[in-house]
Amino acid sequence: MNKSEQILPHGHLLRYALKERLTHWVAAGAYIYLLMTGLAFWSPWLFWVAVIFGGAPVSRMLHPWAGLIFFAAVWYMYVMWAPQMKHTDVDKAWWKAVRYYSTNQDDKMPPAGRYNAGQKFLFWGFFWSAVALLASGVVLWFPEYIPWNLRFLRYISILIHPAAALFTIGLFLIHVYMGVFAERGAFGSVIRGDVSIAFAKRYHPGWYKEIVGESSTPRK
Amino acid sequence: MSQAILRVQKISGHAGSVPGEGTQREYTVCKLIDTTTCIGCKACEVACMEWNDLPFGETVFDNTYQTMPETRWNYWNLILFNEHVREEDGSLMWLMRKNQCMHCAEPGCLAACPADGAIVQYTNGIVDFQQANCIGCGYCITGCPFDIPKMNPKTHRVFKCTLCTDRVSEGLEPACIKSCPTGCLHFGSKDDMLDLAGKRAKQLREHSNFPHAGVYDPPGVGGTGVIYVLHDATKPEIYGGLPSDPHVPWTVKLWKGPLKWLGNVAMVGGLIGLFVHYLRFGPKAREEEDINPSGGKP
Repeated sequence: MNKSEQILPHGHLLRYALKERLTHWVAAGAYIYLLMTGLAFWSPWLFWVAVIFGGAPVSRMLHPWAGLIFFAAVWYMYVMWAPQMKHTDVDKAWWKAVRYYSTNQDDKMPPAGRYNAGQKFLFWGFFWSAVALLASGVVLWFPEYIPWNLRFLRYISILIHPAAALFTIGLFLIHVYMGVFAERGAFGSVIRGDVSIAFAKRYHPGWYKEIVGESSTPRK
Repeated sequence: MSQAILRVQKISGHAGSVPGEGTQREYTVCKLIDTTTCIGCKACEVACMEWNDLPFGETVFDNTYQTMPETRWNYWNLILFNEHVREEDGSLMWLMRKNQCMHCAEPGCLAACPADGAIVQYTNGIVDFQQANCIGCGYCITGCPFDIPKMNPKTHRVFKCTLCTDRVSEGLEPACIKSCPTGCLHFGSKDDMLDLAGKRAKQLREHSNFPHAGVYDPPGVGGTGVIYVLHDATKPEIYGGLPSDPHVPWTVKLWKGPLKWLGNVAMVGGLIGLFVHYLRFGPKAREEEDINPSGGKP
């Protein structure tokens, strides 16, 4: 994306291009389906959730396919974003100051770039969980074809799959909380694509400088 | 599956109490298989196919008596033939073991199953699959230490020996028992079968030169509803891979035990934690501040 193209009229900046937003929502839609049907298989107390999605046998049939869609979306995110998700010295300082971030003292935070260290953690957490979920999920998809002398594959998969899923649920809860409730403007940015200059300066000053340039004034 | 008038003491994937638990005065039933008197005639296999109206499948000819390597979704009862050379004197033994569901007291299939009521254990100890409630996930295949549940690839439902629940609930013995010509199969209460098996094993030890003869009733799965008399109870593996110390896989136990609790506490705790965090700290900045940047602290 050309930097000057990211500067929008009326004091806004383009944060997410259309393909980024689309990929996000494909992953989000697939993830929510996977979460709901997965929770139904996780606990008898939530088995009724599968009824909403057409019954447990249908959920069992479609869950793996939704998983493939989710993995494809995550993989495309990796292609798009992996270079931007590299751990930097700013990120190290960010983690040291994370208690200020979590108590809304953002002025005490080191200047984050396009993604802060927490967002990078979320990305890599989801990426590696998706890899683990895919590998174990393929085994759980066709357990009857795993020969008896390779049964350890079934045994580890049945543990890795829920463990990795639980980890993503933790990431997911924080992600939704940050995006919808804590950082006002973030949810709109993944729908419309843009954020206000104030948002950019407050949460991603490094990114703001990168696009606008320290001395230049944004177009009005 | 059957329409038996038996009550249920364990249900898979079930929230809340189990309706039938402790409501019926019932013996724990048991099938005794004396491998030392089995002649491998396969009458039990035929009787099983006949009584349960199972569709025929193709057999595999491999120049032995073994018509197929393992049980199938439509073949619940299979005699495994094994040639074994005795270490003591180099003599050859032809071992025959009737293989089927062991009807564990603590069934791994039932523990692993997420579908409400797809696997039940009746008060008499029989473990039965209810295909109408099965969702086809195959977790029972992973939970079973005996490799018994088999998937029907067309219907994606799992099948196995029912211990002829329909016959037993009417006071009859399972079809395999009725067909056995040598009397190597017995059926009755668990106590009676253990007593009979113990006597037979003692006889083998004291009079038939099988000093290691014994009864197979593995404690790792809480004992089984199918017990064996073996010539050599120290080496059950020689009988077509009968596991010497079967357990429900520890990963299944970990997943259904500590991980479940930890996961539920973490999920509920996380939701409450985030809610309280919002009450305490609220949003990082108000949207009005973005419209009028001077009000914020950028």
